[in-house]
Amino acid sequence: MTVIQHKPVNPIAHLSAEDIEILGKELDAIRDRVLAERGESDAAYIRKVIKTQRTLEMSSRAVLLFSLFPPAWVVGTAGLAVAKILENMEIGHNILHGQYDFMRDPKIHSTTWEWDHVSPAEQWKHSHNQLHHTYTNVLGKDNDLGYGIMRVDEDQKWYPMHLGQPLWNFLNACFFEYGIAAYDLELGRNLRKGRHKTPEFRARLRGVGRKIRRQVLKDYVIHPLLSGPSFLSTLAATFTANLIRNLWSHSVIMCGHFPNGVETFSKTSIEGETRGEWYLRQMLGSANISGSRLMHVMTGNLSFQIEHHLFPDLPSKRYQEIAPQVRALFDRYGLSYTTGPLPKQVASAWWKVIRLSLPNRGAARPTTDERPARALATSGV
Amino acid sequence: MTTTVPHPPAKTSVRDRLLRLAETVTTPLLPADYLDLVAPLRAGAALRGRIVAVDRETRDAATLTIQPGRDWRGHLPGQYVRLGVDVDGVRQWRAYSVTSAPDRPDGLISVTVKAIPDGRVSNHLVHRTRVGTIVQLDQATGDFVLPDPVPARVLFLTAGSGITPVMGMLRSGVPSRADVVVVHSAPTPDDVVFGGQLRALAAQGGIRLVERHTDRDGLLGVDELADLVPDHLDRQTWACGPVGMLDAVQEHWAAAGVADRLHTERFRPTVIAPGEGGTVTFTRAGLTVAADGGTPILDAGEAAGALMPSGCRMGICYGCVLPLRQGAVRDLRDGTLTTALPGDGVLIQTCVSAAAGTCDIDL
Repeated sequence: MTVIQHKPVNPIAHLSAEDIEILGKELDAIRDRVLAERGESDAAYIRKVIKTQRTLEMSSRAVLLFSLFPPAWVVGTAGLAVAKILENMEIGHNILHGQYDFMRDPKIHSTTWEWDHVSPAEQWKHSHNQLHHTYTNVLGKDNDLGYGIMRVDEDQKWYPMHLGQPLWNFLNACFFEYGIAAYDLELGRNLRKGRHKTPEFRARLRGVGRKIRRQVLKDYVIHPLLSGPSFLSTLAATFTANLIRNLWSHSVIMCGHFPNGVETFSKTSIEGETRGEWYLRQMLGSANISGSRLMHVMTGNLSFQIEHHLFPDLPSKRYQEIAPQVRALFDRYGLSYTTGPLPKQVASAWWKVIRLSLPNRGAARPTTDERPARALATSGV
Repeated sequence: MTTTVPHPPAKTSVRDRLLRLAETVTTPLLPADYLDLVAPLRAGAALRGRIVAVDRETRDAATLTIQPGRDWRGHLPGQYVRLGVDVDGVRQWRAYSVTSAPDRPDGLISVTVKAIPDGRVSNHLVHRTRVGTIVQLDQATGDFVLPDPVPARVLFLTAGSGITPVMGMLRSGVPSRADVVVVHSAPTPDDVVFGGQLRALAAQGGIRLVERHTDRDGLLGVDELADLVPDHLDRQTWACGPVGMLDAVQEHWAAAGVADRLHTERFRPTVIAPGEGGTVTFTRAGLTVAADGGTPILDAGEAAGALMPSGCRMGICYGCVLPLRQGAVRDLRDGTLTTALPGDGVLIQTCVSAAAGTCDIDL
């Protein structure tokens, strides 16, 4: 992809500023309809998922106490992996977005929730909810575009270290939760700028350290020790479960913004952005994954990434419900709704990582914001 | 010479150690989060109750019988309990008088709820509560209680659902220990909550009951008390009912110079002049909302999605108190202005305080 401003054919050129504002109002109306209905069924749903997850996690861990017995290892590992995926995707991610804050249940609230992840909820909420969701796909602002270790857009400058990015991406996938923790700390930037000695950074670092210690102690010390003679096989099981969870969430998240068809935006394009323009950027900057109901639950409904980015704080099961209405808006406004099955989207994202590990071919494209045009304002005003 | 430093007594019991071990397994959750799935009423859990029966009292009142969690410490007759109920998926807290006698052999307690027009929680509890529902509880509290020993002559002056704390007292055996008069107002005979039981108690001679049916006879005036209960000013009186009635009663007793013989319980705050309003910032939640001078900070915060602690919503239970870091708030009941300078942490009741200018709340 290339920032929308530099494309030979601007996909939103046909929309006037007025169109974009009306589009925004139509999206607001969809949101209002969900808010009016939001209530008991959403509360019952998240409580059910939480109960299922906790039951699955504890029973899987119990089975793993006998992990020397191969069938127990297989069943326990699979169960624990699924439990961890549910916890991170459908429960943790969504609760930390404040999707269930309306319940006023202090046990299920974005300000009190802590998740099964090495990045403390507080730090993740900042980098994810405040930065990524606000500056979605804006080059130089949204660090999710390559996580600071990769180049995922032609308009990002190429450095020799990008030659290794297929490998970096694979390692990041395997240890994704640590990648996210480092990302939430802005480790690279803070080290480069010598800010690693500030009290604020050190406090955050200590927070991550504490969280890692607890997670490692649980999965790699206490649980294996409790397994007695099954110590080593349980250790292998918890490691495998974490690996599966990491690979899965990495794949799902890559599908959100990297596949073909997703647009990016230049920094200057969002100056003075209106609500309608913000919505439009979310629509064009995200991609869905098609699949079964089970698939949607296991991705935490991030398979409805477009709907999630439009309305990050609506309960996730509502995304599926409103998807047809959102899609109808895409059609009516002549925009392309990017979606596809998981293997196709993962392959598309990986191909981009591999392709952009090399410098751009042909004439160098403009790599700075030399065109004054604001993407969304070029369209008709 | 040797000195011995006394060993500090071992503070960590085996139970504590096991608990800490369990925490290392359940992190980032607590062992309680798992135990709650199977035993929500166990000792050591957050206090909850299970509704075991819902009995209709009148067309708009019902008694909920609740099995409280193991840590329930009991109540005194006349006290209230805060109940956290999920209505349309949203946790709402309200205070209700306990209407059961203390120390029931089955350990159950009851509250009696009257559905008020547009009352989200009361209507839900009266009309839509299902047996088996888990509710959140707080320990019983409140000063509307009888002293020990019970005074020889007692007057209960109640109206509407104001009978509920008094019923708790009547059921705890007060009629056998004192000369009791109950003066109760309700629109019609059928609207008298506990009508049947009150009349039966009167028929047995336990109490003298004066019912006032206001649809037919109009509101009871304090000047009528002299005829109905000639010695009312000599009695220790407990009054509970609507704001207008309590105001009149307080004035009457004060004018007679015996205000100390009157004990009142208010169910609703008296709202007087709203102030100017302002911007409220919930500092830790990072939320800022504009609130007018008639909106309690509690309501403004909830509307903005802040996780506000709350309770009776009428300024009596102190379940909603939060520190005011700076700014000014006005008490909706009497107009009192409370101000805080930067660095202060003045505790304010958010349910009866409205913004009076910019204010920062520590939440």
